[in-house]
Amino acid sequence: MAQTRSFNPYTENGGTILAISGQDFSVIAGDTRQSEGYSIQTRYAPKVFRLTDRAVLAVNGFAADGNMFVKKVKQRLEWYKHAHSKDMPLKAIARLIQTMLYAKRFFPYYVYNILGGIEEDGTGAVYSFDPVGSYEREACRAAGAAQSLVQPFLDNQIYFKNQVAAPGTTHPAHLPLPDVLSIVIDSFTSATERHIEVGDGLEVYIVLAKGRDLQDFEAIRARNVHLTQELTVTEDGERIFVMRLDLKKD
Amino acid sequence: MAAAATVYNPAGFDFSNQIRNNFLADRGLPLPKATSTGTTIVGCLFKDGIILGADTRATEGDIVADKNCEKIHYITESIRCCGAGTAADTEFTTAMISSNMELHGLSTGRKPRVVTAMTMLKQYLFRYQGHVGAALVLGGVDATGPHLFTIHPHGSTDKLPYVTMGSGSLAAMAVFEAQWKPNMTREAALDLVNAAISAGIFNDLGSGSNVDACVITATKTDMLRNFVKPNERVTKERTYGFRRGTTAFTKEEIRSLVVQEEIIGVRDDAMDIDGS
Repeated sequence: MAQTRSFNPYTENGGTILAISGQDFSVIAGDTRQSEGYSIQTRYAPKVFRLTDRAVLAVNGFAADGNMFVKKVKQRLEWYKHAHSKDMPLKAIARLIQTMLYAKRFFPYYVYNILGGIEEDGTGAVYSFDPVGSYEREACRAAGAAQSLVQPFLDNQIYFKNQVAAPGTTHPAHLPLPDVLSIVIDSFTSATERHIEVGDGLEVYIVLAKGRDLQDFEAIRARNVHLTQELTVTEDGERIFVMRLDLKKD
Repeated sequence: MAAAATVYNPAGFDFSNQIRNNFLADRGLPLPKATSTGTTIVGCLFKDGIILGADTRATEGDIVADKNCEKIHYITESIRCCGAGTAADTEFTTAMISSNMELHGLSTGRKPRVVTAMTMLKQYLFRYQGHVGAALVLGGVDATGPHLFTIHPHGSTDKLPYVTMGSGSLAAMAVFEAQWKPNMTREAALDLVNAAISAGIFNDLGSGSNVDACVITATKTDMLRNFVKPNERVTKERTYGFRRGTTAFTKEEIRSLVVQEEIIGVRDDAMDIDGS
């Protein structure tokens, strides 16, 4: 009988990513563990990347494809900047990612992408993609190994699913930044507790709209001075920060 | 002849259920997946006896089913057994052997030996040809001294001065190979077992949470449950209480569960109850 042999070019490298948008900010986060099977390849492999001063991309799935995809998106954004002397707007980046993913429809990048940032109108935005380019703008999205643990939690806490508002009140359309950051951190500490592929470290990117009042954020930043780093390049534009936190390592 | 065939039971095993199960699996109904103790378990010989060690994580695929389970099982007072593999198989196998060891001790009037438990375990596992998925580390002290065994699911056994099993066995064995020495003190051996289990907890995704240890000497057995807890959960950023009335409902019905009973007297004179 003829033997069928096949080479599988893909692996699954675990980890989870998550993004939540607010009225005038966007938060994009991912854990830093990279694994294969029951082994940890590294405890620090970033899954979240700054693309421009107002766009951050999180990639999860097959790490090699993810890194290559981010590299190619960054290259396309650089070409755009040379041609037009400005950064590509967020919604244009989203459409670019769609076409780049669909271009490999029959040998896909084995990655789930979540794009977060600030739109041209100054609102916070999150775009989520499937591996072949179907995408949608949403208020929040979790993807990766612990998506099935985190997304229902987000549906309940961000969209207030299965929660009746107190009489005479309505649920808020957007949550304030401190609440969102707390929910992001709790999502990851909880996913770490119950999912074996999540842990080691957490990177949280925070994108703040141009001219936004920084009072609430400065209070959080003051509590985590050594953990928070500003990545903003230009002045009087959008500002980007990254917070690096520890997660359990077992 | 056909009638005789239905009554006649051939010798050996009946595999008709396996044929049925394979048929169902092909039609898209696979067997339910059992809880597996992904596990790091170890045992090591030291000056005065045996130390067994285990992590406390139980998994179902990539989900943590139990963060603090017990993998060091009781066989007799001075014999204990660590289990890796299918959780139910390790628990039932060790419980059954423990029971038989107690009966064996009663009928012989002596303290049962570690080899006895090892032989009973390997014969039981061999009979089931690996379908009872128990991978064990058996250790204890008896009249003939300290003994340490590994028992594989198919029934093969090893007798060694330091052993590891489970998905974290390579991480733990790396520590033993680097640091184990003959005639270690209790303290040094406990530190070594802790280091071996910790290597599994932090480097193997199937193992996690706490370190359990069990020190067995000729005179005493110390079960050190949660000997080290290097993975305590951090406090949450928010509290997740829900306001009364948060959950929507379609219908409300309140029923009285109080039983009401009317008592009718049939005699005038009170019953004689004080016996005077």
